[in-house]
Amino acid sequence: MRAALFVTCVSDVLYPRTGIAVVRLLERLGVVVDFPAAQSCCGQPQYNTGYRYETEPLVRRTVRAFAGHEYVVTPSGSCAAMIREHYPRIGRKAAAEGRGSELAEAAASLAPRVYELTEFLTDVLGVTDVGAYFPHTVTYHPSCHGLRGLGLGDRPRRLLAAVKGLDLVELPGAEECCGFGGTFAVKNPDVSAAMGTDKITAAAGTGARVLCGADNSCLAHLDGLLRRTDSPLRTLHLAEILAATEEEPPS
Amino acid sequence: MTGTYLGMPAMPATPRMPAVPATPEVPSFPEAAREAVRDGVLRANLRHATHTIRDKRARAVAELADWDRLRAAGRAVKDHTLRHLDRYLLQLEEAVTAAGGTVHWAADADEANRIVTDLVRATGEREVVKVKSMATQEIGLNEALEAAGIAAYETDLAELIVQLGHDRPSHILVPAIHRNRAEIRDVFRTEMGRWGRPAPGSLGDDPRELAEAARLHLREKFLRAKVAVSGANFMVAETGTMVVLESEGNGRMCLTLPETLISVVGIEKVVPTFRDLEIFLQTLPRSSTAERMNPYTTMWTGTMKGDGPTAFHLVLLDNGRTDTLADETGRQALRCIRCSACLNVCPVYERAGGHAYGSVYPGPIGAILSPQLRGTARAIDASLPYASTLCGACYEVCPVAIDIPEVLVHLRERVAQGGPATRAGIRVTLRPADGHTAERAAMRAARLLLDHPGALRAGERLLARARRLAPRRLPGAGRAWTDSRELPTVPPESFRDWWAARERSTPR
Ligand code: SF4
Repeated sequence: MRAALFVTCVSDVLYPRTGIAVVRLLERLGVVVDFPAAQSCCGQPQYNTGYRYETEPLVRRTVRAFAGHEYVVTPSGSCAAMIREHYPRIGRKAAAEGRGSELAEAAASLAPRVYELTEFLTDVLGVTDVGAYFPHTVTYHPSCHGLRGLGLGDRPRRLLAAVKGLDLVELPGAEECCGFGGTFAVKNPDVSAAMGTDKITAAAGTGARVLCGADNSCLAHLDGLLRRTDSPLRTLHLAEILAATEEEPPS
Repeated sequence: MTGTYLGMPAMPATPRMPAVPATPEVPSFPEAAREAVRDGVLRANLRHATHTIRDKRARAVAELADWDRLRAAGRAVKDHTLRHLDRYLLQLEEAVTAAGGTVHWAADADEANRIVTDLVRATGEREVVKVKSMATQEIGLNEALEAAGIAAYETDLAELIVQLGHDRPSHILVPAIHRNRAEIRDVFRTEMGRWGRPAPGSLGDDPRELAEAARLHLREKFLRAKVAVSGANFMVAETGTMVVLESEGNGRMCLTLPETLISVVGIEKVVPTFRDLEIFLQTLPRSSTAERMNPYTTMWTGTMKGDGPTAFHLVLLDNGRTDTLADETGRQALRCIRCSACLNVCPVYERAGGHAYGSVYPGPIGAILSPQLRGTARAIDASLPYASTLCGACYEVCPVAIDIPEVLVHLRERVAQGGPATRAGIRVTLRPADGHTAERAAMRAARLLLDHPGALRAGERLLARARRLAPRRLPGAGRAWTDSRELPTVPPESFRDWWAARERSTPR
């Protein structure tokens, strides 16, 4: 099995540990990982803020970067949803504006090959127990795009529950948005921070030491709020937990 | 769906802009929300109310095994009706007229207000009782009537609280959701006496006591009123029947006791046949009050000798709806049956409160409806499409499956990049809203950088090297982040660099 990693711009620059964890995890499970260097940002910030035309070159770039890869895996539910849901939409709109069907066809060719990490593990590789070891109390926040956009369901929880030593505790109000929302976090900072504060308060209340998620953007927002408190809670991407073993604990 | 959408038949020869409701000084959403977020009492009131109702709604919906099919059916009926709206409106007019009613067409708020004012004046009355209605709030009817010397009394309990408190509604279904019991008691005590029967001096804040005070106060008004003004939840084209769903029974008093009944209804509220109600009478109560059935469903068709009002007037309101219909993506907002389920699950509404939306339509539906009905020229309307994290909770609960996030992104495009729109029946190309120049430049710069991985890599290295210089608080737009959150620390090596180094050391 071969798969290409779409690391996402946020993980590339700010959370390289997540990308490294995905590589280690997949290789441990026997997958040969490629990293097409031509990849960049999926265009989500532009598109969600209303700059569809600015998004189009990034759609083209992403499609080109992953042409010829049967499986594209990404540790971000929102970037996966962007490619699967919105790329075709952007393509259709371009066609409706009389700019040809090239973008729509490109989007349609990539969309079905893109998998969010937990989908790839459970649906394509067919594993639940990935042989990880993480002896901590963990609570999981399902980001909205994974939860409602992709319909990840209980995949992340099943994977976490199979981790040796891990004590998974339920997060009250888990399905509620954390308040990041891309540029929402800066356009509506007060509401955004209020939502995030409620989220970290709920997470801290579970007694967990680790707040786990599958989208580094949401985690960056929550971590940014946590670091202004003296909470012992810290955020960690799901991939880093799944990649951890007794020999190689997460850094 | 494509094709020509015809809304209101016979548009006036000289198109008029829909009147902007009378609050030009409304601040933008983020500004108004800032105040609300700091108001602990408001947040607690909203949180309690919305969480209670959302849990109950989920249970009521789960009872129906065919919910998804009802939702799809509701959407289909509404889409079909909107596609042939002109035809169904004409059919409705015919049916209402045949049943003894009179139909009036209002292109905008001013025209609707004028029609209603003239109708009330013609009766010689100086006061009217009102059934809670979003359409009359949208056009500011109470204020228009007041200016003409006519007093309009709201009879819905929550609406009465808002009116007596000189307040604005903050929820579609529970306009006084932002108020708690103690606040309501104070309003009743100080204000009721000025408008009619005063509240008892001993009034406490027990809900039963409050309801009883309102009942006595209102009873006096019902028995005296000769004219009533209502909206309608549905209008049936084939029979000319108006349908009002409510919980308290006060509406039914207004709809049956007075001599003249005037209903102001948005043109999108028509459904083709009586049978179509079967869907909505199941989905609306469950979505809005989490009840299997609402306590009172009142239906009337024109007038009936010796029973109910002797004169019935229907004012069909456009006020931007035909323009909205012309927009392929945005038109789905007209499917809305005003159940308020989207408000109750919205995490942004819960923190910002209804007033921040600067409209009688708050919450997610308000965020997509107001900028379409009123245009995006004002700061509030340009900020509304951004008043969401696009979390999708609203879409999930909407009983007519309005893809609110999709419309939000579509309207953001209109605000940020400009584009085609229909205003007052005319196809126009809108310019980007003010204040987006810097953002557009930033988006372009980011796109250029991101589209050139070489430049991106150089940028990353620069960022990594400068990471020790990273300030705790950023200037400009970045401040919005650092005011309440720490910035992520930039690691010394990007993933890209790690990968390249690994490739070099272990060539495959
Ligand atoms: S948009 Fe949907 S959920 Fe919201 S009020 Fe309208 S019908 Fe109800």
